Amino acid sequence: MLITKKSDVIPSDITSKENFENRRTLIKATGASIVTASGIFTGLLNRTANAASSKQKISNFVKTKYGVDEKLTPYDDVTSYNNYYEFGTSKTDPSIESRLFKPSPWSISIEGAVKKNKQIGIEDLFRLAPLEERIYRMRCVEGWSMVIPWLGLPLSKLIQLAEPTANAKFVEFISLSDDRMMPGQRIPVLDWPYVEGLRMDEAMNPLTIMALGMYGEVLPNQNGAPLRLVVPWKYGFKGAKAIVKIRFTETIPKTSWVKAGPNEYGFYANVNPTVDHPRWTQSSERRIGGGLFTPRIKTQMFNGYTEQVGQLYTGLDLSKNF
Amino acid sequence: MIDKLLNLLFKKIKILIFFLCLIPLVRLFYLGLNSQLGANPIEFIERSTGTWALVFLMLSLSMTPLRQLTGSNAYILNRRMLGLFMFFYACLHVLTYLWIDHYFDFDEIFKDVYKHPYVLVGFAAFMLTIPLAITSTKSMMKRLGGRWKILHRAVYLICLLAVLHFLWLVKKDLTEPLIYGGVFFLLLVLRVIYKYRSYLRTSNLWW
Repeated sequence: MLITKKSDVIPSDITSKENFENRRTLIKATGASIVTASGIFTGLLNRTANAASSKQKISNFVKTKYGVDEKLTPYDDVTSYNNYYEFGTSKTDPSIESRLFKPSPWSISIEGAVKKNKQIGIEDLFRLAPLEERIYRMRCVEGWSMVIPWLGLPLSKLIQLAEPTANAKFVEFISLSDDRMMPGQRIPVLDWPYVEGLRMDEAMNPLTIMALGMYGEVLPNQNGAPLRLVVPWKYGFKGAKAIVKIRFTETIPKTSWVKAGPNEYGFYANVNPTVDHPRWTQSSERRIGGGLFTPRIKTQMFNGYTEQVGQLYTGLDLSKNF
Repeated sequence: MIDKLLNLLFKKIKILIFFLCLIPLVRLFYLGLNSQLGANPIEFIERSTGTWALVFLMLSLSMTPLRQLTGSNAYILNRRMLGLFMFFYACLHVLTYLWIDHYFDFDEIFKDVYKHPYVLVGFAAFMLTIPLAITSTKSMMKRLGGRWKILHRAVYLICLLAVLHFLWLVKKDLTEPLIYGGVFFLLLVLRVIYKYRSYLRTSNLWW
């Protein structure tokens, strides 16, 4: 196996351009806050510094062939229209309520059917493999979709590092539970923490990635910082955000939305225009960013990724295993 | 005396109320022209017009209890206008759905209506508002006589269906539709109390 030495500097350690250019202002402002001896000022300053650091660029990543001919959804739409109930149930809540969320320090604990339980720091993930840019369509179960250039690594790389045993049939992803940083968790709309899961072969499929960034920068808080799952042929809710625990199991994980509405949401949740949802039409979708007078588009089987994933489900009745 | 003054005032400010009722529409145009309708403008317009239709429905249903509570007839003068504004926003709501959301793709629309209970009840509620809007004129009131009142009782069914429409549309957080349901329930309770007020008074059950 060829091991290439990566740079010791990880992207999250690099001072952002804005912060670097504003260093004198920052120093002055800190001075001022010492003069006024106000703790509140320093608090505010830290907050601004954090907000700036969440917009860090990621410079070293590999471009891939995925979705190169797709038109990207505007960045502002992707960061202001989110389903992330940990930060509130309205689409515009997460961008506002996640401002004080701290995605670092962060570590992911690996448990269950593995050789040895372990903790992986978020920095280690940045070093694990070269980050890849994957432009994927994302179809929400509510009937809208986006095209997002994710930066991440194949989940299979992370699974190799986790060393699951032969008993591992499923992977469970558990998100952060912290109602101080995630105010939406103070209301039991879902059974917190958020839990999602995949079958082992789905998790190992080359399309499945663990995203650490998007649009060439570190993942914004409202999009699941510091790391989230992206499974482009499934409905968006499968993409667990702010993951703190990955557990390998022998039995099918009890995922949040299946618990919340078993007749509406299935474990598989594959994008399927022929299996209707009790609430929303699944045969067509609205592409976000199209403006007022752009018609809906037809939803494709497996969100258009049949070639890559169709074989995973041969012999499975998809209308029953929705 | 006060009643007469209130009547006069309401007549005078009727035109003002009319323009106030147009604010939600003006706001949509303003937001639209300044590209502030968010990432999903069509959904925004659908939600906004739907919400305002429901608000005007609740407002028009509040006029009778207000009259009963205050003893003033003045509120009733605005009831028809509020009801018609409900119809106006409901029309915009349905038009947005049919036109800019589905581009009159009736194949898709029919499937959506009969497959999804929330669309079905919403559609039924809208259909029921049409005869009420048509018969809202003074001459129609005269022509229908006693039947007018019976016909316009359909508003309670419309309200029930509209609240259900909202309740079934929401994925998980039921707070907002339940608030509307609560207001509707309160309006009904007020009517029941008023109807049986003399009985309640004599039987010492209440005040």
